[in-house]
Amino acid sequence: MDLTLSPADEAFRAEARGWLRARVPSAPLPSLETAEGFAAHRAWEAELAAAGWSVVDWPTRYGGRACGLLRWLLFEEEYYAAGAPGRVNQNGIALLAPTLLGHGTPEQRARVLPPMATGEVVWAQAWSEPEAGSDLASLRSRAVRTDGGWLLSGQKTWSSRAAFADRAFGLFRSDPAAEKPHQGLTYVMFGLRDPGVTVRPIGRLDGKPAFAELFLDEVFVPDEDVIGEPGRGWAIAMATAADERGLTLRSPGRFLATAERLHALWRARGCPASSAGRVADALIGARAYQLFTYAAASRFLAGERLGPESSLNKVFWSEYDIAVHETALDLLGEEGEPADGEWAQRYVFALAGPIYAGTNEIQRDIVAERLLGLPKGRR
Amino acid sequence: MRFLPDPEQRAFTGSLDALLTAADTARVVREWSRGEHASGRALWSRIAEAGVFALAVPEAYEGFGPRPVELALAFVELGRHAVPGPLVETVMAAVLIDELGPAKRLLPALAAGRSMATVAHEGSYALDGDVADLRLSLSPGGLRLAPGGGPVRAGLDPARRLTRLRPGGELLAAGPPVPRALLWARLATAAQALGVGLALLERTVAYVGHRTQFGVPVGSFQAVKHRLADARIALEFARPLVLGAAVTMAPADVAAAKVSACEAAYATARTALQLHGAIGYTAEYDLSLWLTRARALRSAWGSPDVCRADVLDALI
Repeated sequence: MDLTLSPADEAFRAEARGWLRARVPSAPLPSLETAEGFAAHRAWEAELAAAGWSVVDWPTRYGGRACGLLRWLLFEEEYYAAGAPGRVNQNGIALLAPTLLGHGTPEQRARVLPPMATGEVVWAQAWSEPEAGSDLASLRSRAVRTDGGWLLSGQKTWSSRAAFADRAFGLFRSDPAAEKPHQGLTYVMFGLRDPGVTVRPIGRLDGKPAFAELFLDEVFVPDEDVIGEPGRGWAIAMATAADERGLTLRSPGRFLATAERLHALWRARGCPASSAGRVADALIGARAYQLFTYAAASRFLAGERLGPESSLNKVFWSEYDIAVHETALDLLGEEGEPADGEWAQRYVFALAGPIYAGTNEIQRDIVAERLLGLPKGRR
Repeated sequence: MRFLPDPEQRAFTGSLDALLTAADTARVVREWSRGEHASGRALWSRIAEAGVFALAVPEAYEGFGPRPVELALAFVELGRHAVPGPLVETVMAAVLIDELGPAKRLLPALAAGRSMATVAHEGSYALDGDVADLRLSLSPGGLRLAPGGGPVRAGLDPARRLTRLRPGGELLAAGPPVPRALLWARLATAAQALGVGLALLERTVAYVGHRTQFGVPVGSFQAVKHRLADARIALEFARPLVLGAAVTMAPADVAAAKVSACEAAYATARTALQLHGAIGYTAEYDLSLWLTRARALRSAWGSPDVCRADVLDALI
């Protein structure tokens, strides 16, 4: 067992740190959930991409450095330690890109990935529907065959980033006669400003339009924007979920930096004994998450599949994130109340964690049934 | 960077697991609780033959140490099988005296399992002080070889038999390396607690899979599943802290491992008891061997709150 970094890994880390130190904006960008902030974050993606830092683990031909999983983790640690902006194209980079790299065609990769890497095209996700949340496979939005492609109709909701994003990806029912709900679904990409698409932004808890409803009325999707075989969308979406999403959706770097900031806040407030245990737990949790991820990455690099283990991960970080922000707001007292405060904004974001990307109840079912082997039952 | 046990380490834990599985440790624990130490002594020798205690003893004194990673892996197995005796204290004793004059006299016997040691701060309880061959007493004046122990009191975990050491005895060192020894004690305790938690989870998952009520296994109910999922999550995030602490032996990492493993094991114990229902609340049912151990390890060598404070202190 070995936690030491090679000189080459250390050099990579130092290079990232040097660049970030010089280029990270000294004042925080405006909120990602406003038109102005969205544009500023998009410009930051372009700056990252120009220096080769936006998608470090991708193949070089699409704008990456092919640096591997470990160096991606190191980059993320440096990125969040430097206080760099949130990633506006997270949905594309963490969810769609691994799907394309695993199941897309070379043509799709060459066409879709480079403008994703630069932030020129920002992606939203289109999974949930009004009647299909945790039971995602019951989704009803249709993809109907037409000449040279498909016509999408129906309603998607809770579509993160869709208020300002350019394109979206999601699952649509292409074979209503399929025997089981998760069969006959097709994975497609479409433009949010295509004819037939209506985007209605939804105010999240603090009123900011962080997500949107999408109404689709015979939206044309050409065949080249279908990922994988039509009707096989569920397996494709779940394959990437199981393999990489658990590792790449939230990197430990983010939580290490948050724990550090909380520790600094606690010290700035005179180290109140009443919060000491919770601050310690924040530091311990961030270290646990880092080491858990190093272990998972080591297994992944040794050729093991991670599978349902990503559900352990998701429950852990989403609950951790809320606990840390609650502790900060408690430490701040009334100073924590203004909605534009940094901790308050991050707290609102953290509150959504146990709900999106598969609720924590669904994740616990997966842990119980697939990792512990408990019998299936009524939900 | 390769944060995975290597094949040799996996083979070592596998053979230790096999040895302990064959040893009927539940019977050994119950005999140990009654003060019948013969079977426990025999098991101790076999654990020593497998090389466990030697991992804390330097090669100069007939050990293989210091090897904290292998030690942590071994203690997970000892915890999983509820092995009784002053396991942590023997490791701690080895570290306390490994740079002192009496090392040559005392350490080879510890490494070989010919003697077991207990350690206590002066005035507090020593684990298994009645049976230990070496009783070390820590006081501001230094480290002493205590002349003996007082009457035995059973712990909440009846296999943990407590005595107060008698004052006085041979002074071994005026300034023993207490902080270093405490790191090893905490690491071993954390690893043992992790093993206890894993065993509790495994037994409870098996129980709720065959216990039926309302015509179905109780393990098919979501309320039951989610408690067990939370136990698994807590244990899976404690594990890398324990192994990471063994790799770095940094005080903050070791304290973090102690907090995390003991909290996870204790939470799993509460879940295990609740999901077994009344049968789990009986001394007769073997689950009790792990339930009470989880409680004891939580307080041993630094409660969660003490270790949380140490995490903060280490970073200031």
